[in-house]
Amino acid sequence: MERISIDPITRLEGHGKIEIFLNDEGNVDNAYLQIPELRGFEQFSIGRPAEEMPRITNRICGVCPEAHHMAATKALDDLFNVEPSSAVKKLRELFYSAFYVTDHTVHFYALGAPDFVLGPESDPAKRNILGVIHKVGVEIGKQVIECRKRNHEIIQMLGGRGIHPVAGLPGGWSKAMTSEERDQIEEWSRQNVEFGLFSLELFDDVVLGNQEYLDLILSDAFTHETYYMGTVNEDNQANFYDGDIRVVGPDGEELVKYPPSEYPAHVAERVEPWSYLKFPYLKDVGWNGFADGKDSGVYCCTPLSRLNASDGLATPKAQEHFERFYETLGSEKINGRYQPVHHRLATHWARLIELLYSAERMVELVQDPEITSQDVRTVVTNTPDEGVGSVEAPRGTLTHHYKTDGNGILTDVNLIVGTTNNNAPIAMSIKKAAQGLIKNGEVSEGLLNMVEMAFRNYDPCMSCATHSLPGKMPLEVKIYDADGEELETHQQYVD
Amino acid sequence: MKKDGKLYFEIDGKPCYAEEGQSIIDAATENGVFIPSLCHMEGVKPAGSCRICNVKVDGRNMTACTTPVEDGMIVENDIPELTELRKAIVETLFVSGNHHCPTCEKSGNCELQALAYRFQMLVPRFPYKFPEKGVNPRSDQIYHDRNRCILCKRCIRTVTKDGKHVFAYHGRGGEDLHVAIDEELASRLTDEEALEAMENCPVGAILKKERGFEVPIGERKYDHQPIGSEIEN
Repeated sequence: MERISIDPITRLEGHGKIEIFLNDEGNVDNAYLQIPELRGFEQFSIGRPAEEMPRITNRICGVCPEAHHMAATKALDDLFNVEPSSAVKKLRELFYSAFYVTDHTVHFYALGAPDFVLGPESDPAKRNILGVIHKVGVEIGKQVIECRKRNHEIIQMLGGRGIHPVAGLPGGWSKAMTSEERDQIEEWSRQNVEFGLFSLELFDDVVLGNQEYLDLILSDAFTHETYYMGTVNEDNQANFYDGDIRVVGPDGEELVKYPPSEYPAHVAERVEPWSYLKFPYLKDVGWNGFADGKDSGVYCCTPLSRLNASDGLATPKAQEHFERFYETLGSEKINGRYQPVHHRLATHWARLIELLYSAERMVELVQDPEITSQDVRTVVTNTPDEGVGSVEAPRGTLTHHYKTDGNGILTDVNLIVGTTNNNAPIAMSIKKAAQGLIKNGEVSEGLLNMVEMAFRNYDPCMSCATHSLPGKMPLEVKIYDADGEELETHQQYVD
Repeated sequence: MKKDGKLYFEIDGKPCYAEEGQSIIDAATENGVFIPSLCHMEGVKPAGSCRICNVKVDGRNMTACTTPVEDGMIVENDIPELTELRKAIVETLFVSGNHHCPTCEKSGNCELQALAYRFQMLVPRFPYKFPEKGVNPRSDQIYHDRNRCILCKRCIRTVTKDGKHVFAYHGRGGEDLHVAIDEELASRLTDEEALEAMENCPVGAILKKERGFEVPIGERKYDHQPIGSEIEN
């Protein structure tokens, strides 16, 4: 018997499709987000020297190449059994924090803010970054661009390139920092802290100060009670560069905490016939369908999840905002830690708190005397075998897992990217939002945008589509009646 | 025409002088004129294999690395016709191998990449062949990546200090012509010899193990000025 396996490996970027099925009453029976794209990084990397992976995988995406570069670099540390020096770790984390500041800035101002600053049902032609700048003022627009600029300068300075960095080496970093660079980065890091605080104030004014938006955030249509995943340090504080993976349940209890290399024991992936993208779930709980609750292995890893999975943040101002976040959203503190917040639209707020944390962490790291150490390279002589590297990408825990032969030639590659982790909760959020918002067959553009808001808060890598000129994400929404007949199709930017 | 015992010749109208028997490319370099090449290397017998140094001598195309200067010679070098020809050759080299600059250790030090920039190549006009060529990692000192080899024969024409050849052509006369490596001999290379082999290679086909990224990207030979600018005056 001939067996033909089609094993598509997917990194999603650029195209999404939502299908909504209505019942006889015109209410939503089911809704799907489909990712019809196929990419082949896990396959075509095989046969290449493993050292190339930080520079191969950073091309997966133009939005978060730094995350792939760092996960790959850490996988090489593990692959070659080499521990980077503390100076290298600090340099890498500084670089990574600059990336966090710029990446979260993009999501909040360009992708998330239009829904709040202009309103979810505002004119779609104005519901974009330019509309935001028009509303909040050119000065704020300039600050956003300045923030992006200075952090990409840092990424270029430390990582060798402004977009696709090249500095990661097994056990090291190819470029040490000069004292002039240090001084410049310190100044820019302080500006980042100011920008983080300013962004949180803006969120206060525009979103929290508006009862309508607050109701939307707290509404059932945008609420899910799932498990939450995030990387934490030894004090269970969130860390984006390094640590153990911690998973807490919907009730806030820790389910499991494990080193990244043990992910195969805790995370499994399942396939649905309607999407190329796999659906990871928690092995410790098991797959129980697209369902909320403690018995469902569905988990989420986003800024909201990372805060939920941690006991706090390691920098003072961010910790203040962390506490305010939970107090404001009515979370109780039990056994010293806040109960998880389940309101998915609060992810935007959590993202800004993470931005502030990263900025404060940059100031701490750049002031460390070791940061200008010139001892950043390690000559690796160990025989490679297998390695796992993990970081918190802005859009979820990112894991690279490589196996090689004794010569360091890749024989197996597995990449679990941030958005993949969130595939099941995104699917659930879209269905719930559609069910909550579309009634009796009545559909408006504004309502459809609110369905989109259900996935937008996750900052899925589909947002990468915005890097294809002219920066518009193609999206197609199809609505079917109970007999499967297509009733309506709404398209934006579909060729 | 001779002056002080040196041969007189002109490149694009510029008066130049050469020693008896000196090749056009070497004499051009001494006279501050850049003639691009990927296979020529000082001190090694010329092979004329890459054809990029094609110049017009008295109206005829000749490879500047294998043609000695003659007294009174008129050479054309920097003319649109030759630039176009050279660019086309560079493009064929890109499509006939697997040259992925973003992931290559040699990026910034690579002569093929530098020439592509110099000729302002944006994308090859020829279809990519994406051949399967493979990597040979089996020597202790060298990664040999055949995907990037442009068959310039620089490595074949050089020998170790004790006169041994580490690299040789294999599969002559067929589709599978490639440079093969003597794995045992390559494993016995000193660090200096392995580094020299890496530096001699114009592309990233020969890489010294355990020495990647000694110079960070952004600080490399051709990162700030185009290839040839160190010669031109």
